[in-house]
Amino acid sequence: MKKRRLVIRTIILLILGAAVAYTLYANFTKDDIKKVVVGEQAPDFVLVDLNGEEHRLSDYKGQGVFLNFWGTYCKPCEKEMPYMDNQYKQFKDKGVQTLAVNVGESELSVSKFADRHNLTFPIVIDKDGQVQTAYKIGALPATFMIDKDGKVVKYHTGQLTEEMIKELMEQVQP
Amino acid sequence: MKHVKCECGHVNPHGTILCEACGRVLQESEKEKQLVDMRYEGSARRSQTYNKTIVDKVWNFFSSVKVGVWLIVITLIASALGTIFPQEMYIPPIMPAAEYYEDQYGWIGKLYYDLGFHNLYSSWWYLVLIASIGISLVICSLDRVIPLWRALKAQRVSRHEGFLKRQRVFGVSEASNLDESYEKVKERLKAKRYNIREEDGNILAEKGRFSRWGPYVNHIGLIIFLIGGMLRFVPGMYIDEVLWVREGETKVIPETDGQYYLKNNKFILEVYDKDKDNQAFSEAIEEKGMVAKNYQSNVTLYKKKGETVAGQPPELEKVKDYPIKVNEPLKFEGYALYQVSYKLDELSKMTFTLGNKKSNESFGEVKIDLNDPKDRYDLGNGYAVEVVSYFPDFEFDDSGEPVTKSKVPNNPAFVFKMITPDKKEGEISFVAIQQTIEPFGDNEYKMNFSGIDTKNVSSITVRKDLTLWLIAFGGLIFMIGVAQGSYWNHRRIWIRRVNDEVWIAGHTNKNWHGLKREIQAVLEDTGIKEPEDQMQKEENKE
Repeated sequence: MKKRRLVIRTIILLILGAAVAYTLYANFTKDDIKKVVVGEQAPDFVLVDLNGEEHRLSDYKGQGVFLNFWGTYCKPCEKEMPYMDNQYKQFKDKGVQTLAVNVGESELSVSKFADRHNLTFPIVIDKDGQVQTAYKIGALPATFMIDKDGKVVKYHTGQLTEEMIKELMEQVQP
Repeated sequence: MKHVKCECGHVNPHGTILCEACGRVLQESEKEKQLVDMRYEGSARRSQTYNKTIVDKVWNFFSSVKVGVWLIVITLIASALGTIFPQEMYIPPIMPAAEYYEDQYGWIGKLYYDLGFHNLYSSWWYLVLIASIGISLVICSLDRVIPLWRALKAQRVSRHEGFLKRQRVFGVSEASNLDESYEKVKERLKAKRYNIREEDGNILAEKGRFSRWGPYVNHIGLIIFLIGGMLRFVPGMYIDEVLWVREGETKVIPETDGQYYLKNNKFILEVYDKDKDNQAFSEAIEEKGMVAKNYQSNVTLYKKKGETVAGQPPELEKVKDYPIKVNEPLKFEGYALYQVSYKLDELSKMTFTLGNKKSNESFGEVKIDLNDPKDRYDLGNGYAVEVVSYFPDFEFDDSGEPVTKSKVPNNPAFVFKMITPDKKEGEISFVAIQQTIEPFGDNEYKMNFSGIDTKNVSSITVRKDLTLWLIAFGGLIFMIGVAQGSYWNHRRIWIRRVNDEVWIAGHTNKNWHGLKREIQAVLEDTGIKEPEDQMQKEENKE
């Protein structure tokens, strides 16, 4: 009788405890769920760059991809752009592609910006926000490192230094 | 743990105060009292009797109503504290939260932020408090409802004299002609819908026992309600996103896996007209200036046809047109789109004419789409305008350079190159709203501002809530419990023959006046004396 009571009490407390633990866990990970998760397949997309060339993410299978979301009005984006360009030149023949996705500004603003900074990597514009929605983009700049199998291996928001960009690119180099 | 065997033969759990069967007072300390405490039928609250292992100790902690009340009080205080300053999600994103609170509210604001009150309702300790209330609710209820149920089930018709004597309503009466009176009493009790049980010439009349379960039904409702709240954290159960759509724009609806698109055809803001609408309000309208009557977005919902990759222009199939108004959301597949905010007259196009400053002669019009300006506008006859730079949301930065704050054309500015037959190299002019700067000296030509087109922007909340039915169900159970406990009373009347006397005792969980009136009506003309309210008697003595 006494033993049974202890068992029942223990079971009830465990169930209640598990419910509380799950709620706390879910509450603290709810922001992560909103992001593209590291370790998962990167959502595929097709966008056209400033030269009219189509870039499809899945076409870069076998290569690493440095995927950067940015805006011309975003200061940290502007600062990291020249670093990205330098590293793009270093890595493009070593199997790491750079794709810069603008968050839907006018073509004029984007191309003037690219000219001003002499950017050579492909810049695509996500006009209707589909790609940003797929990648759940919030703050800029946002950088995803995608490996040769199309998996997200790293996610970073905020400005990158040239050193960091180099390290990131080395990580996904096939 | 020892069980307690009553003289009547019934075996009670340890800690029982009144024998479940006969009502005999089992604890010495209770014997001195004039009236017994009937709250849980004198049953043994389990938590008070076992206290051995850690599990028992945790159980006992949550079983205490005192602890439960404190948890509620602390939660109330915490909830109130969270409303002193706005929560983080409601502050404008102009600076980091850490700086914002101190900047706006001084040292109290800093303290508020440091203590984590800026995110109070999703902080771990707040959730732990709410969860503790839930646990307390479950354990308090279990610990009381099971002994109560046992005691009510085990109760016998014949109750011990000591039990009857200590009831609030109690009386002793001489008995003459008892058999006849008994029949009358029974009939009247039946007419009043009492269940009657008889044993050795003693009577137990009982009704409304189910009212005793009211509080526990109510608690079950609360627990269901809490489970509903918990489910909101389960991915996919609850979605709350905001979507801004300009008039004429089609955008993918977030959290629909790219399956649904929304086009904003028109945003409408209507205000009350003091001449046309109800005259009674004309004064109020005059005082306030403008009173909104309707916020409405006329939208078209589209579904994507086939599989496309993000970024590809999707093939869209129209689902329906719908006017979204406040409280009249567009509903589809478990999603609801609510009108939540708006922005009127966002600039969409600006028109300029190229003119000669001196002669005021005009050489053509340039209409610039602010969301997609071209880099060159040809006006013919050797006249053209090139857009050298475009700043949709212009300001000067710290170093005096023109920059844009965002991609939204709130305050557009341009650097134009005006090419004319006599100035083939072009003249440079910086043009912002009500501002023209000529950085390379005086120009001969000028871009004259001639008009704007605007568009409204609707803000739509995308909401999906699969927990709502469970929360509503919990609320319903809650109310059933409240009604059950409030509108019915659990009444019992004991009639017992002791030698040549009739002992009558009555108990109810509330509304003693009603019980006494019923007893009065039942005993009328039977020769049995009406029992007295011992509590009132006591008061009258004093």
